[in-house]
Amino acid sequence: MNTVLRYSPPAVVLHWLIALLIFVTFPLGVYMHELPLSPDKLKLYSYHKWIGITILMLASLRVMWRVTHTPPPLPDDMVRWQRLASQAVHGLLYVLILAIPLSGWLMSSAKGFQTVWFGVLPLPDLIGKDKALGDLLAEVHEILNFTLLALVILHVGAAFKHHFFERQPFMQRMGLGKEER
Amino acid sequence: MKLILNTLTLFAVLASPVASAVEYRTVLPAQSAIGFDYSQMGVSIKGGFKRFVAQLVFDPVKPEGARAQIDIDLASIDAGSSEADEESAGRLWFNRSVYPRAQFVSSQIRPLGNNRYEMRGTLTLKGRSRELVVPVTFSQGKTAATFDGSFILKRLDFGIGEGMWADVATVANEVQVTFRIVATGK
Repeated sequence: MNTVLRYSPPAVVLHWLIALLIFVTFPLGVYMHELPLSPDKLKLYSYHKWIGITILMLASLRVMWRVTHTPPPLPDDMVRWQRLASQAVHGLLYVLILAIPLSGWLMSSAKGFQTVWFGVLPLPDLIGKDKALGDLLAEVHEILNFTLLALVILHVGAAFKHHFFERQPFMQRMGLGKEER
Repeated sequence: MKLILNTLTLFAVLASPVASAVEYRTVLPAQSAIGFDYSQMGVSIKGGFKRFVAQLVFDPVKPEGARAQIDIDLASIDAGSSEADEESAGRLWFNRSVYPRAQFVSSQIRPLGNNRYEMRGTLTLKGRSRELVVPVTFSQGKTAATFDGSFILKRLDFGIGEGMWADVATVANEVQVTFRIVATGK
């Protein structure tokens, strides 16, 4: 059996926290968007924004950690195209987990709704109220999100493929369990 | 004695900065504004009304005789977003097809000193009339005078936001209303 190479515990914890929050707030975003205006809709929008800003904070930590720590190497026998694909998808995922909440924050500002994180911490409006820009940022937010969805499917699919079909202990790389050797 | 009093009065009038005793009665709509600020999920949202007719008669020498009336076209609302503008027309909010206008009519204006006044009057909104007490600051410019005021309106007093919208945790009951009316003496 191969030695299990793992991401460091802070990277693992941040990975799963961010993943969990995305799995909550992505469907929430799709759902709330279609609702007629109601107090519940306003609440859901706030929750979505609070979760999004939380992701932005965690993603910033995650990227800083990633930049300053070398991830475990990929298996030696992995073919070149897969290495390249892995690097590209991971790079894009890092970009998107920052860019998506940022685009949402900017969209909120452009639409004239300041973001107040958990109703406590007001984030500055980096851009002023501008309806056309708000509509454009809404499109950007949506496109980035569906790009993320496609990449997450690839990311999870690749992890499953390596782990279950090629029988490499691939998922332990990001495992939450105790280190096994 | 009477002559002395008259002279003193004349002197007082001449010495006062409002000696010209302009009676302000022509409102300049382009420079006047009615805005509001409310809290939605703890976030401040700004809005206002673009169309309103303000009438006033105000003589700084005789503020007791002043009158003001403001009629607001509720269809001219900016509630912060087009979605909110549409929603505000509905039965639960302004019920605009039945009550298209809001009206304020002053009943009494009392000087508080230092160019500040207390204006009492009745606001009628959505068929409900309530007494308001509004502080107003008067400032005299070269050609026009400005009346600035601000007060807290409790939306539920007028049934603005009924049913599911009566939940003040989502949309606060208190709405900060601010106005600026600019008028000339001609």
